[in-house]
Amino acid sequence: MSNDTLLEIRDLRIEGHYENAWHPLIKGIDLTLKCGEVLGLIGESGAGKSTLGLASMGYVRDGCRITGGSVCFDGIQLLESSAETLRKLRGLRIAYVAQSAAASFNPAHRLIDQHVETAVTNGGIDRAKAEAEAVELYRILRLPDPEHIGQRYPHQLSGGQLQRVMTAMAMACHPDLIIFDEPTTALDVTTQIEVLAAIRDAVKTFGSAALYISHDLAVVAQMADRIMVLRHGSLVEEAQTRTMLSAPQQQYTQSLWAVRNFHTSAKACPTHEKPLLEVRNADARYGHQPVLHDVSLKLYRGQTLAVIGESGSGKSTTARLISGLLQPTSGQVLYDGEALPADYRQRSKEQLRRIQMIYQIPDTALNPRQRIVDIIGRPLNFYLGLKGKALRERVAELLRMIDLEPAKYMDRLPRELSGGQKQRICIARALAAEPQLIICDEVTSALDQLVAEGVLKLLDRIQRELGVAYLFITHDVATVRAIADEVLVMQRGRVVDHGSREAIFQPPYRDYTGLLFSCEPEMDPDWLDRLLATRNPTSPLATV
Amino acid sequence: MSLITPLLRAPLSAKFGLLVIVAYIVVALFAPLLAPYGETQVVGEGFAPWSPEFLLGTDNLGRDMFSRLLYGARNTLGIAFLTTSLAFLLGGLCGLVAAIKGGWIDQGLSRVVDLLMAIPQLIFALLILSVVGTTATSLVLVIALLDATRVFRLSRAVAMNVVVQDFVEAARLRGEGLWWLVTREVLPNAAAPLIAEFGLRFCFVFLFISALSFLGLGIQPPTADWGSMVRDNAVLITFGDLSPLLPALAVALITVSVNFVVDWVLHLSSGLKEC
Repeated sequence: MSNDTLLEIRDLRIEGHYENAWHPLIKGIDLTLKCGEVLGLIGESGAGKSTLGLASMGYVRDGCRITGGSVCFDGIQLLESSAETLRKLRGLRIAYVAQSAAASFNPAHRLIDQHVETAVTNGGIDRAKAEAEAVELYRILRLPDPEHIGQRYPHQLSGGQLQRVMTAMAMACHPDLIIFDEPTTALDVTTQIEVLAAIRDAVKTFGSAALYISHDLAVVAQMADRIMVLRHGSLVEEAQTRTMLSAPQQQYTQSLWAVRNFHTSAKACPTHEKPLLEVRNADARYGHQPVLHDVSLKLYRGQTLAVIGESGSGKSTTARLISGLLQPTSGQVLYDGEALPADYRQRSKEQLRRIQMIYQIPDTALNPRQRIVDIIGRPLNFYLGLKGKALRERVAELLRMIDLEPAKYMDRLPRELSGGQKQRICIARALAAEPQLIICDEVTSALDQLVAEGVLKLLDRIQRELGVAYLFITHDVATVRAIADEVLVMQRGRVVDHGSREAIFQPPYRDYTGLLFSCEPEMDPDWLDRLLATRNPTSPLATV
Repeated sequence: MSLITPLLRAPLSAKFGLLVIVAYIVVALFAPLLAPYGETQVVGEGFAPWSPEFLLGTDNLGRDMFSRLLYGARNTLGIAFLTTSLAFLLGGLCGLVAAIKGGWIDQGLSRVVDLLMAIPQLIFALLILSVVGTTATSLVLVIALLDATRVFRLSRAVAMNVVVQDFVEAARLRGEGLWWLVTREVLPNAAAPLIAEFGLRFCFVFLFISALSFLGLGIQPPTADWGSMVRDNAVLITFGDLSPLLPALAVALITVSVNFVVDWVLHLSSGLKEC
């Protein structure tokens, strides 16, 4: 069996240079990939997935170095090969599909020109033939108008289409190995399905081996024959996909599996009360482009209203409307029965204090030049007039509330914290103002699953202790299922469905809600097959 | 973070630059103590050669070159520093406000700056100075105004990248005033490129003043100034005497030194790894 081994990595060690020292990123990993096999690499950010993926092409990023081990591709020792040998391998026999296709294409060239470049210059294939093959690939990957799509520029395609074009490009020379580095992470769930199905078909058609890197277990379960779980640059567990899903051995793997089972207990919706926040028939536009149509919502004290939809559905715009950053062209926002001024600059300090925001990306939501005590202390000082010792004590109290030790973190700068800790600081800053409503804009989507679960649990605990209401914006069905009391489904700037969590998640679903839910990957290797089988393959999803 | 560590790790060029700058500052501050003669004191024959009595000889009127060179540091450097500071105060503040406020304030300020930048700087300065007269005050104000346009462009561009970040939005939604936004949220995050620009701008101002002085519209006699010292004694070059080039050399040295230091500061703030 050893002669059909395509890629063999032995005791690979890679170090990265940061904070003025070399730190190990990959701590001696072994990996074997047979011809035609798809291997899934799973792990949280910083686990070394991408570094390992790139290393299997014999490449390391700037600021990294290989300190030991070997990478053997089809009998060629990549780490000892010359730049010339590697250049001939890459693109022809090993291809790479990056996370963000939109950022990886050259915006100044037509797609077809970029597609055939490697084949023509490195593979010595005739251009006309390469173009004909490209069209065939576009057809296999189910791109619209395969004959002419290559004549377009990258900006003329959607993210999902670009990702498929990039996959097609990777397959242009029928490589023996394709490395997919989170190819669907930046896509909406409905788009993700199409790309996953297309990638899987194409891999099967050409019999390429693949390394599929992702942080999403459910996605990897659809794609891979075998799964490796990585953590902190070491292998945690390795098994066949079905074995791994049904009987994970290590505690870490089990905890990754268990994340999806977190649920808050439902709270009764006090509909007879006056709603804390109400949006009435709001329309809004960016310039001349209408983005919201007749959006209405109600949120009661101590409740969580989850707003779910794909990107461009108007979720965040609704939040901007409520916070006063965008003015509606018609309709109004009522807080506690009273109309709020449409522009945040016209709102009183008290009105501003009651509504706080938590952002998607904690790195940009915290001023990198301010210490934690200043970040959390500012709203305390600004709204509540706390100073000196009283302020420090209150900051310490808030830090304890978000499970961070005050003495250790108070005088740190944001860059000295991890992503999850930064998001906790953002929560503490929002809480410092003692608000009644917190708008959470995709607060967990930039975080790893385990960390995200911790943040959700924290938010739930705070809600129980302080009775704040959350307007929770997300594109993730699992998150909605975990924490929502009420759910609002948005599509293209309209509210298409709403109701309590039980009602929404109770079949039968409304059309679009059902589509959205069905696109949520399940921890079942047969899920994608089942889903595709139930759908009419001739109707493209985008038109639903 | 201690200041000593990066200083010790600084490349040789930056250390050299810092040393020269410190030396210039010391000379500028203590010129009266260091100089053997007074600034405008006529001490001997005109164009006397180098001698133990007159280290670098005398100028066209018989004043000691060495003493005037030292005083020149004080005048030229002092005025350049004052001018640059003013330019930064005006241009930097306007740039930050334009970026934060946006809308018609941004449009208005930017168009005024476009207008000022459309006219060649030297011609504009010559024009205004010949109208209002060449006092030190008008010199400082005119050059500060002209250089403020460049500072405005930079600080606005840098601040634009900062104001779109969520923490600025969070501060706005908190209800913070303009002053807090400028000084606490935006400026600390835009400081590094502005500090580097300060060094470069200082050089430009410095060269500009020297150029104006050489043309006779800068710092007026009898005040010692490197630009006019070159002009006054230029005739000596034809006799193979290098003395008139010394003020020019002083200008060149400080310019190069400041650039060395700025390069290093930019490298530090860019966060690139040591290479």
